[in-house]
Amino acid sequence: MKFKIDEVTVYFPYDNIYPEQYSYMVDLKRALDAKGHVLLEMPTGTGKTIALLSLITSYSLSKPTNPPKLLYCTRTVHEMEKTLAELRLLHNYQLQHLGDSARILALGLSSRKNLCVNPSVVSSNSRDSVDAACRKLTASWVREMAVGNRNVVTCEFYEKYEKAGSEAVLPPGVYTLQDLRTFGKEKGWCPYFLARHMVQFANVVVYSYQYLLDPKVAGIISKEMQRECVVVFDEAHNIDNVCIEALSVSVRKQTLEGATRNLSKMSQEIDRFKATDAGRLRAEYNRLVEGLAQRGNLPLTDAWLANPALPDDILREAVPGNIRRAEHFLSVLCRLVQYLKGRLETENVEKEGPVAFVASINSQIGIDQKMLKFCYDRLHSLMMTLEITDTDEFLHIQTICDFATLVGTYTRGFSIIIEPFDERMPHIPDPVLQLTCHDASLAIKPVFDRFQSVVITSGTLSPIDLYPRLLNFHPVISRSFTMSLTRDCICPMVLTRGSDQLPVSTKFDMRSDPGVVRNYGKLLLEMVAAVPDGVVCFFVSYSYMDGIVNSWNEMGILTKIMEHKLVFIETQDVVETTLALDNYRKACDCGRGAVFFSVARGKVAEGIDFDCHYGRLVIMFGIPFQYTLSRTLGARLEYLRETFQIKEGDFLTFDALRQAAQCVGRVIRSKADYGMMIFADKRYKRHEKLSKLPGWILSHLRDAHQNLSTDMALHIAREFLRKMAQPYDKSGSSSKKTLLSQEDLDKMGDGAHEMLF
Amino acid sequence: MNFDSEKIVMSVKYKNAGPKVPGIPGVVTMMVDRFLFMPDDPTSPFELNVSFQTIKSQRFNGKLVLLDLLPIKGKSYTFEFKEVSSLDVCRDFVAKILLKFQDKNPPEKLSTDVQPVEQLICPADILRRAKLLKEDRELEKLYNQLVAGNVLTETEFWATRKKLLGADGSQMSKQRLGFKSAMLADLRPSTDGKSNSIKFDLTPDIIHQIFIEKPAVRQAYLKFVPSKMKEVDFWQKYCKAEYYYKTKNDSAAAAEAAGDEDLAVFLKHDEIVANEARRKIRRVDPTLNMEADQGDDYMQLPYLILSGLMSTAILAAKGRNGDVTNIYGYCRVEMSIICSGHGIFRDGSKEAAADSEYEQYRRSLSQDLNRHAAAVLEQSSLDVELGDTKTLAEALARSKQAELASETSDATANHERSKRVSQMAEIDDLQAPCNLPFAPLCIKDPREYFDSQQVNTLKGLGDTEGVPSCNLSTEQAYGSLRECISTMKAKGLSDPIEKSEVAVKVFNVLTQHLSSNKFHLGKNPNESVLGRLPNTTKEDILHHWKSNQELLKHFWSSYPITTTYLHTKVSRLKNAIDVVYPKLQELKRSVESDLRHQVSLLVQPMIQALDAALAHYESDLQKRTAKSRQR
Repeated sequence: MKFKIDEVTVYFPYDNIYPEQYSYMVDLKRALDAKGHVLLEMPTGTGKTIALLSLITSYSLSKPTNPPKLLYCTRTVHEMEKTLAELRLLHNYQLQHLGDSARILALGLSSRKNLCVNPSVVSSNSRDSVDAACRKLTASWVREMAVGNRNVVTCEFYEKYEKAGSEAVLPPGVYTLQDLRTFGKEKGWCPYFLARHMVQFANVVVYSYQYLLDPKVAGIISKEMQRECVVVFDEAHNIDNVCIEALSVSVRKQTLEGATRNLSKMSQEIDRFKATDAGRLRAEYNRLVEGLAQRGNLPLTDAWLANPALPDDILREAVPGNIRRAEHFLSVLCRLVQYLKGRLETENVEKEGPVAFVASINSQIGIDQKMLKFCYDRLHSLMMTLEITDTDEFLHIQTICDFATLVGTYTRGFSIIIEPFDERMPHIPDPVLQLTCHDASLAIKPVFDRFQSVVITSGTLSPIDLYPRLLNFHPVISRSFTMSLTRDCICPMVLTRGSDQLPVSTKFDMRSDPGVVRNYGKLLLEMVAAVPDGVVCFFVSYSYMDGIVNSWNEMGILTKIMEHKLVFIETQDVVETTLALDNYRKACDCGRGAVFFSVARGKVAEGIDFDCHYGRLVIMFGIPFQYTLSRTLGARLEYLRETFQIKEGDFLTFDALRQAAQCVGRVIRSKADYGMMIFADKRYKRHEKLSKLPGWILSHLRDAHQNLSTDMALHIAREFLRKMAQPYDKSGSSSKKTLLSQEDLDKMGDGAHEMLF
Repeated sequence: MNFDSEKIVMSVKYKNAGPKVPGIPGVVTMMVDRFLFMPDDPTSPFELNVSFQTIKSQRFNGKLVLLDLLPIKGKSYTFEFKEVSSLDVCRDFVAKILLKFQDKNPPEKLSTDVQPVEQLICPADILRRAKLLKEDRELEKLYNQLVAGNVLTETEFWATRKKLLGADGSQMSKQRLGFKSAMLADLRPSTDGKSNSIKFDLTPDIIHQIFIEKPAVRQAYLKFVPSKMKEVDFWQKYCKAEYYYKTKNDSAAAAEAAGDEDLAVFLKHDEIVANEARRKIRRVDPTLNMEADQGDDYMQLPYLILSGLMSTAILAAKGRNGDVTNIYGYCRVEMSIICSGHGIFRDGSKEAAADSEYEQYRRSLSQDLNRHAAAVLEQSSLDVELGDTKTLAEALARSKQAELASETSDATANHERSKRVSQMAEIDDLQAPCNLPFAPLCIKDPREYFDSQQVNTLKGLGDTEGVPSCNLSTEQAYGSLRECISTMKAKGLSDPIEKSEVAVKVFNVLTQHLSSNKFHLGKNPNESVLGRLPNTTKEDILHHWKSNQELLKHFWSSYPITTTYLHTKVSRLKNAIDVVYPKLQELKRSVESDLRHQVSLLVQPMIQALDAALAHYESDLQKRTAKSRQR
């Protein structure tokens, strides 16, 4: 359908539109006009993504002179694929109506691991080894060497791409990662470098958060983006955590051991160069005297992760004299590693600010703040000089240098915590030194500063006023939409008691009580017998899930569950989890029915949808609080209280309930879909917990459903499923439209859309 | 396939002195016109060379694997086969030949004028028939009784089952028995309480499941048994490994594995499973491929990569020197490469990854559950008897290879995947509805299926609702029916023909009526009238019911008798019906007294139906004789 919002003609690839999608677009359009940032919460299952894409692409089409570019950030690669699939649908529709003038180039960008087509490279296991394997074939000095020496292997795909020169372009269209790979294989061009190149010209780029937020990656990928970009962070409820992680480093014993090995290898290399090619080291020294020129005109293939500090905080001056010589720099690093080793040997937990830490480094081993700050760039330069290609082997020393640079750059918003063991497993010594960032606004600040419009959107952003404070920005529009439903297609329930009327909870003192475990098991057993197709369960942690599943197995509950549905479990191994999910979907597709055990805050809860028959019921066992005794969390809470006056308890509850809401929100995809949500913990009935759930869930949570026992919940579930099986009128009753057709929109005309909400 | 040029050679035992005697081992050769028997012992005098022309019919017994060839005169030739499948082949072959001979010189020398021309049955048909009989045990029983008992001819029998033989029937795959969903492979030891020993019970079912879920065990079995160790020893080792796993004794497991490399096979991670996972992950739906996220995760959380790497580490260590004990060292190196990183390693939301040197000997229940559920999902039952472990293992290995070979190419798989993804991307209620494809229902055991459904229907309808009393007289009902017909004639069919509420009501009442007759005793399907009878009686009643139906169907369809062929058919059927009476009496007598009433209630309608048929036969016969007398 086609309709107008002010002067913009919006192309929407469906015959009907939800009223909230329409309002969402109206608000978004205003924000784009105002060139400001915007914060929008819209329930899952109302077609957020397609509304976003169709408004922004239509907006660009209406401004042919200077079309804004869309940078769409997703949490995960599979969400990237989903977004591109929706974009393709939209693009086909726009092509149908506008012809060739609607042609755009849209592509997904990911790492070499997901894009490489060279079989010898991509067979490596981790991302870093793929990166290193690629570098071994494509680094500028390797290619130079290959010109003279036929025995040096290079990558045929990259060579072909390089040969094609400026002709190597992607024709307009929508490219998923798979499409890029297929295209690359067909042409014989390297898809990764082609995509990196085409990002500058693309109208829509879909990539992961880190490509904008993590300064290491953003420094090389997103440097060239112009100001006229619309940046969208979809599913952004966890954006503060991503920001924090982007600026945090952990150092473990293994890291330090590895770093020591790296250092000795590097010193061997230096000795070798001294004997064979002393001029090269000399040249590097001169370059460093003149100032740090290394980031200038590096060939594309030589670039690796950029400085971990934010671009504005990097010093634009020459490297200090005492680390200009390679061997001096190495000895500095040796001392640093030695110092860190000493610190790790502590028996007590230690917590320090960066300033105190730097001061103690300076007094004990004589490395000042400026030297620390330059560590990263100096290491980079040295590795280039030494022509090191197997960068994955040198990850440890890079981590140490990242740490040094961050610690030397920032004085507030960080703390250094040294723990001799994990609180939860005190018998296993596993010392770790963590530099943790507490201020989420640090990492996202450059994004807000650089781009004219940043859209932060998700199904769960409640309470919506907290995010501007956490991220320290001023949205021009911040709004939370409710969901207009044709029928009550979601059925949230709070279950506080088990079948024996005793309270259930995952509170620490209750969670291992066999009565609670049995009650939870009974609940699931009753539900799998009553609910068709897919059932999803979320637990508060992996260890809790392992424990309870084992107990259920011992009690024989698991066997009974298996009589009704197949059981799949998320594990910490992603490959296994992915296959389990794939099988889970197959079992739901073929009608066998299945139940999936997953973990709140896990990978599955983060980005997998359980829509339609893949999820008719979600059970959230317990409240997914963070591990509150964690030192890093404690430090962050302290910082939040001091800086933003956010109370610890409030933040913890907020964080736990946004996770819970996120988990249960995965069941609804459209208004035709339906699903039930059970919050199984007695603590949910308390007002201060319940009120933190997003409005669209609360509005469907009846008072009578807030304090249920297993038998009552089962009764409600049966009634609900029976009701949902009845045919209904999709467009809603006459008094309140829940589905708008072209006609309805035309009738409303200008300004009338205000009436919708 | 041309039957004329074919002959069948089977090794059998010739039972010259009744089925109880061991018999003489030898080779039987079935040819188009005759069959030969050559004893293995050349001195044996029991050589046979018999023409099929002298054979009247055949009888066989699947349980004892016996085939009886009944000559027109004299003693029958009984052969014992080694397995049922070869018996089946022979039986079909003989049936075909006998049919041919009977066609050529029909046993009844009545006029052949209007006897339906015996169509030449193509071999495919015969195979199909054989297949049908094999799949449906009840049909086979009926066939044996009626066709082998010479009540009906082969053609007559199949004529009423053309639908089954049709192309649809053969193409539609029948519902197959799935893989058991209970986790049998999760062995639980039992102790006798007195001694310190524990006991594991292994049944063929459990072994089947173990082989499917743990291909490494299957492979080891094929490799070791019986060349390296005895089967008992093999399973003993397996149970030992299971015990370590059960007691979560990682260090003991590691120590044992280092000492005994055979045991290590069971304790280590399954490489075949790992390889399969790697193969499958490449074909997984990109919208849920979380593995791809790792490529983009520059935060580098250590635990994500750990476990995936472990298997490669083991593989790599093997590749280097094949020494199992060296794996630890290698693992540690490999792990430490990975365990550096950005991001917060230990904060409140993440959990510690326990990395111990015994990692490879640790197996979690979650892995087992996932593996089991995946196996249930993809596995269909094999057509292998569960008894023999060796053949089972081989069959599984073969089916795995076949599966690998038949996998579609990457390009088509990619195409299908992207199509699926784009379908999933659409929001369905914003656009016109699209019709989803549906899978045809195929049911393995209709009786069981519908019986269990009936109970559910009753439950759904609620028990309180009684059958509404109907006070219409027959005339009134007839009148309204006529009225309906006349309006239909005048106006044509209205759409819908009947109001849906009325239809639903009638339908419900009918269902309730039908079901409650059978199930008024309880809600459990086993508590029905039939369910209370002993199993053999129940089987007998149902079988009688079926065969009577068949007889009556043929009987009534032969009227009016216009040809001599029909005449002989009717008299044959009449004789068969006569035989049924004493059998039914026998059946009634055989049950215990408290059930006798129920059984006679069930038998009564059958007898009535047979009575009616006989009465008709008699009257018809009288009429005919009167007619011929008039002439």
